Amino acid sequence: MTTLRGFWRKNFGREAVEETSVDSLPVDNTAQIAGPELDITADDPLLPYLQNAGGVVDLEQLALDSPAVGELRRAGVTMIVPLVSQGELIGMINLGSRLSEQAYSTEDRKLLGDLAAQAAPALRVAQLVEQQKAEAAERERIEQELRVASLIQHTLLPKDVPAIPGWTVSAYYQPARQVGGDFYDFIHFDDGHIGFIVADVTDKGIPAALVMATTRSILHSAAERLVDPGAVLQRTNDVLYPQIPPKMFVTCFYALLDPESGYVRFANAGHDVPYCYTGSGIVELRARGMPLGLMPGMEYEEMEATLKPGEHVLLYSDGLVEAHNEAYEMFGFPRLQKLMGEQPQGQLLTDFLLQQLAEFTGADWEQEDDVTLVTFHCLAGAEAPQDEDSGRWREIADFTIDSSPGNERQAMEQVAETAADLLIDDHQLEHLKTAVAEATMNAMEHGNEYDPARPVAIKVLANESAVRVRISDHGEGVKIDRHGEIPDIDAKLAGEQTPRGWGLFLIEKMVDEMSIEQDETQHTIVLTVNIDKADGEQR
Amino acid sequence: MNIKANDFMATVSKNGDEAAILLQGEINSLADEEMTGAYEDAVAGSPARVVLDFNKVDYINSTGIALIVGLLAKARMANIHLTAVGLSDHYREIFTITRLSDFIDIQ
Repeated sequence: MTTLRGFWRKNFGREAVEETSVDSLPVDNTAQIAGPELDITADDPLLPYLQNAGGVVDLEQLALDSPAVGELRRAGVTMIVPLVSQGELIGMINLGSRLSEQAYSTEDRKLLGDLAAQAAPALRVAQLVEQQKAEAAERERIEQELRVASLIQHTLLPKDVPAIPGWTVSAYYQPARQVGGDFYDFIHFDDGHIGFIVADVTDKGIPAALVMATTRSILHSAAERLVDPGAVLQRTNDVLYPQIPPKMFVTCFYALLDPESGYVRFANAGHDVPYCYTGSGIVELRARGMPLGLMPGMEYEEMEATLKPGEHVLLYSDGLVEAHNEAYEMFGFPRLQKLMGEQPQGQLLTDFLLQQLAEFTGADWEQEDDVTLVTFHCLAGAEAPQDEDSGRWREIADFTIDSSPGNERQAMEQVAETAADLLIDDHQLEHLKTAVAEATMNAMEHGNEYDPARPVAIKVLANESAVRVRISDHGEGVKIDRHGEIPDIDAKLAGEQTPRGWGLFLIEKMVDEMSIEQDETQHTIVLTVNIDKADGEQR
Repeated sequence: MNIKANDFMATVSKNGDEAAILLQGEINSLADEEMTGAYEDAVAGSPARVVLDFNKVDYINSTGIALIVGLLAKARMANIHLTAVGLSDHYREIFTITRLSDFIDIQ
């Protein structure tokens, strides 16, 4: 029996093939003899001829300009019984000469015709079963591939979002059925900085997942060695380029956040431009750069921004902006930008956008691509804990002053120099200077007993709404008593109180907040002046 | 102890029953001797009024305030009226906060 493997494939709509192979097995009553394998091209005129022949074909008498006919004759085939089912040629029974070397009789031909009529439907059924099995196996293979791709992707995505005091970070990832190449990541640095990555690999499935895994690990090792986001992307591109399959590339946005100051440096390798919600509108975080893996030797522009309390950044992938609704309209950048402006609360942004996306696409939406959303939101004063650990404070100066009489002026001038640009007016600055001088004097005299070996440590911190100065001594034992005797000029003039003792009193009057931290080895006076309180007269 | 040289200076001038002390530099604990000496000079002829001229004072700390409180106490005992001139807005505020302004006439 002969099967037409390629011909089946062609006729059953599977892959198109140019050549058809024929396994020729001449039928014999006593033995099966394997014949040579013959190729019949799909356009050979023999095939339509057999399909329409309506019975046994005597090959010796067939006048047809067909390469296959010559091949079959050379193989010793003298007669072909076409197997036709529902008008389609599904096989052939090729016969050589009878062993008796007598010609096939009319009876033989009739018998063969009857056999073909019965065998064809049975063969057809067998073919369909085989085809379904093959299709089921193919479906299973695809499903398995999707499972593997999905597994790779989920294994590599971070398990948690970073917990940063004073910030909320959120991440949302919804893969499309085919599993696209989106990924996001966070890199934690020892100095407290956090790297944010959102990237999208072209292609889908396992190839995309593998490129994603490679890119992610290159990005990590580049970020650990290099600080500048532009340099990190440049290095990643140079290492990735020789490894990535042709026609594949990765778009990637990388931002490095200093949570203490809200200062963000970023670079972009052709990824969708992130948006930043600010009090004065939506700002695009633009930086130029080619996608990763496309061309070697690329440079990446590095830009910066500083997030103030209440502001937030949205990183996203094209699965969001390129989602279509039933009318085949795209979600689009203008809509996203507009919606961001409508949701001032960064913590709620992801839920809000997903809800808007669901309304836009409708209930029957088949997600076309992965949707990834990553946000980081700088908490406003009311949302954030008020202690310094909230991370909102940026250190702007850190120095020491020798414990020597008169040196408080040095402390005062140094603080004034760093804080001058931050405070609204000279009036506030004078207040802070007096408070710093008094606290430093207190530290030098009472804490350090004017011991040159024990300097006073001074730190200046700032955030959007206040300046804070921390003044520490090395005082052992004796604690500062802020609830001691309140200086009273009447009592002093009457000799009932010493003329001195104005220090803490003045400090408290000069600043918006004073606190004292003390243990067995040091005292720290913490002074805070609110920048937004321009009306110092009221103090 | 490393004592920093004090650049404070107090110069007394007299005009009838009024004495003026021109204060220059920083008024801190190191100004004690110079300031007390100048005050003694100024009140030597029992003037009715002593004017403290702060025009050339760039810094007063809490011990400086204590010195002024000390002078004020002495002046009150001697029934001498104290007047302050040339105080910056900031030190006017401090005189108000400490209630020195209740006892010293600020001009």
